[in-house]
Amino acid sequence: MCADVRANAGDYAVGDALDRPRATGGRAPDVFRVGGWVPMREFRDDEAVDFVIVGTGAGGGTLACRLAEMGFSVVALDAGPYFRPLEDFASDETEQTKLYWLDHRITDGANPITMGGKNSGKAVGGSTVHFAMVSLRFRPEWFRSRSALGYGVDWPLDWREMWKYYAAAERALSISGPLTYPWGPKRPRYPYRAHELNAAARVLALGAERQGYRWTETPLATVSAPHGRSPPCVYRGFCRFGCATNAKQSALTVWMPRALAAGAEIRDLAMAGRIETDPSTGLATGVHYYRDGEWRFQRARNVVVAGYAVETPRLLLASQTSRFPDGLANRSGLVGRNLMTQSNQAVFGRMEQEVRWYKGPPSLTISEHWNYEDRNKDFFGGYCWMAQGPLPIEWVTVQTGARGLWGERLREEMTHYNHQVGLKMVGEMLPDERNTVTLADEVDQYGLKVARVTYSWSDNDKRLIQHALDQMHESLSLAGATHLFRQEDDTNHLAGTARMGFDADHSVVDADCRSWDIRNLWVCDGSVFPTTGGVNPSLTIQAIALRTADRIRDLAARGEL
Amino acid sequence: MTEDRYPGYDVLSKQAGLSWNEATRRTIEQRLDIRQEPQFFDAGQWQTLGALCDRIVPQTGQRPTVPLAAMLDARLTSGRTDGFRRAKLPEQGEAWRRGLGALDAESQRLHSRRFHELSVAQQDALLLAVQRGDATCEAWGDMAPAEFFSHRVLLDIAAAYYSHPSSWSEVGFGGPASPRGYVRMEFDRRDPWEAAEALEADPDSALRAERENRRVR
Repeated sequence: MCADVRANAGDYAVGDALDRPRATGGRAPDVFRVGGWVPMREFRDDEAVDFVIVGTGAGGGTLACRLAEMGFSVVALDAGPYFRPLEDFASDETEQTKLYWLDHRITDGANPITMGGKNSGKAVGGSTVHFAMVSLRFRPEWFRSRSALGYGVDWPLDWREMWKYYAAAERALSISGPLTYPWGPKRPRYPYRAHELNAAARVLALGAERQGYRWTETPLATVSAPHGRSPPCVYRGFCRFGCATNAKQSALTVWMPRALAAGAEIRDLAMAGRIETDPSTGLATGVHYYRDGEWRFQRARNVVVAGYAVETPRLLLASQTSRFPDGLANRSGLVGRNLMTQSNQAVFGRMEQEVRWYKGPPSLTISEHWNYEDRNKDFFGGYCWMAQGPLPIEWVTVQTGARGLWGERLREEMTHYNHQVGLKMVGEMLPDERNTVTLADEVDQYGLKVARVTYSWSDNDKRLIQHALDQMHESLSLAGATHLFRQEDDTNHLAGTARMGFDADHSVVDADCRSWDIRNLWVCDGSVFPTTGGVNPSLTIQAIALRTADRIRDLAARGEL
Repeated sequence: MTEDRYPGYDVLSKQAGLSWNEATRRTIEQRLDIRQEPQFFDAGQWQTLGALCDRIVPQTGQRPTVPLAAMLDARLTSGRTDGFRRAKLPEQGEAWRRGLGALDAESQRLHSRRFHELSVAQQDALLLAVQRGDATCEAWGDMAPAEFFSHRVLLDIAAAYYSHPSSWSEVGFGGPASPRGYVRMEFDRRDPWEAAEALEADPDSALRAERENRRVR
């Protein structure tokens, strides 16, 4: 089909991870050792495994690990390479774009989403390889936002059960966080002490205190003391471009090693193209995937799709048959609908003092005030804001994008880099069926139809954003920053294109992430979110995956799988 | 351009030190070793691009010049993309070729000369018009001039400039930092391997900063 299919086109300087699969021949990369290997169990393509999982990020990686540890046979496919951070990761914004999903996509709508680093990953470990490590719990009421708060839809999950899985995820990821968290119901102490604050984080604290709001150290998935083979964070500041020391607790460093030790097979550079279903039973029989120059077919008793909110619906839609003409698991017509992103606007300013915001994890402090305060709002939903530390290319992209600067003015502005500070929100956008992922006619390097991502902000979204911009502006100003300006157009995380719910007519999967239509087809990633909340989603995705694994074990024990 | 805010600071002085790992050394070595002749653009586009880069990021300081046009050409040759295309823009290579042609066509229409032959003031005026979407010649085709300007010209040229160690030194960025990282996180604190800043109010501070910066390893 395709003569030259690379994971990502481009002239990356380092390593051969993108050139050919590494996890082969009974071994997989040891991510903690330069040139290292660990043994890996292998399965034949024609051997029907208990689970084939498409994607190894926060959802798929977690689930692969837990299912393997429960004794199921598991093959996990990832379209991206299997990196060893110690040898493959440069301290460089440009080189590290090799971590992103840069296969072709089309974006449109009134507010087209910028795809790439902030909402995708193409590597074993998914986007957790380059996420900002912010590990937050949902506000309990968000699981029933329709009945408790009057907007969106309710989740079929109970927050009290989720609280247990959040705690389990926080332990597994050795989250560094504050002694007591200022918002929401009681939670256990974080396993690791909070990180030291940098100056940029102090500015957030100062502003929040002068506004009369609480703030805290952000719970982060990077260790503040040694853990296993992870050394403590050295504050190099390139977190969003891959952690080159392995302090970061990502799916690549946490779940993958455990999955391998438990007997799972991980296949890197393996792009899923189609889920096969049996024409008579309608059940899934396995996954067609492209690896090492050829299309192959892995047979499986269960298929889990964990490709995130664009690739998951893309695969389900592309797997249509005469029995399922609108794509798999799509009786409700909701596959690819209700795409949500999160508003990610910011206010930036300048301090008299040197700040040097490139040091340390970028978001060391947070205020969730407006996630938990419901009064005096002219919008539904919530948002938090966090301290910032963009590296030079990210920072110049703000200057050119938000302010349209160029020429002398741009260069002059950039020389204030070490005095800049900022507050950036993560805001809840409401589900809307008109925001979609659909298949376009153009094809990618595998010959597969590319995704068209269509997005427009609602009036509620716009009111929430304006509220947040005003609040962040006030906060930064009270903290003593001058030369304030607003970045009005930015979004980040995705969710929602295969929502979970209470019945087959109004959702794609049930509370266990099992599709209503095909009982051996599951979705386990951010796509299942019915609403997206005002915090970063990765911890919730991992908590749901932990729960799904437990449910699968229980269902199997009852013979209901 | 104003005077050097970080006199004598050179990120590359740390190249062999504890702040750079092997992967970073290879990456930056490859970036600095760049072909000066175009592969992706033809000779005419190359002239226009050179003039455009000079206006978007004018390089007037004392630091080594960053070969912006060559870096952009290399990137487009490699086929590395943003991973998506806005529906209002063609694919990035096509957008660039067409956009550079259209800049020239606008220039011919207004001044009967090519873009790189205009005065700096004329170039800036033309670019401002494009940025405002105030460009009408047929060469743009179905591509919106303002979209091209904000989502290709500014994005790609600025990203090229700030991917170069020269720019890091200029703005006092610590640059690559693995495995050593940083220790001093507070306001007004710097590690000895970070850039020392010259304060405008204090003429002696430039000398002190330069002395400190020469010691950065």
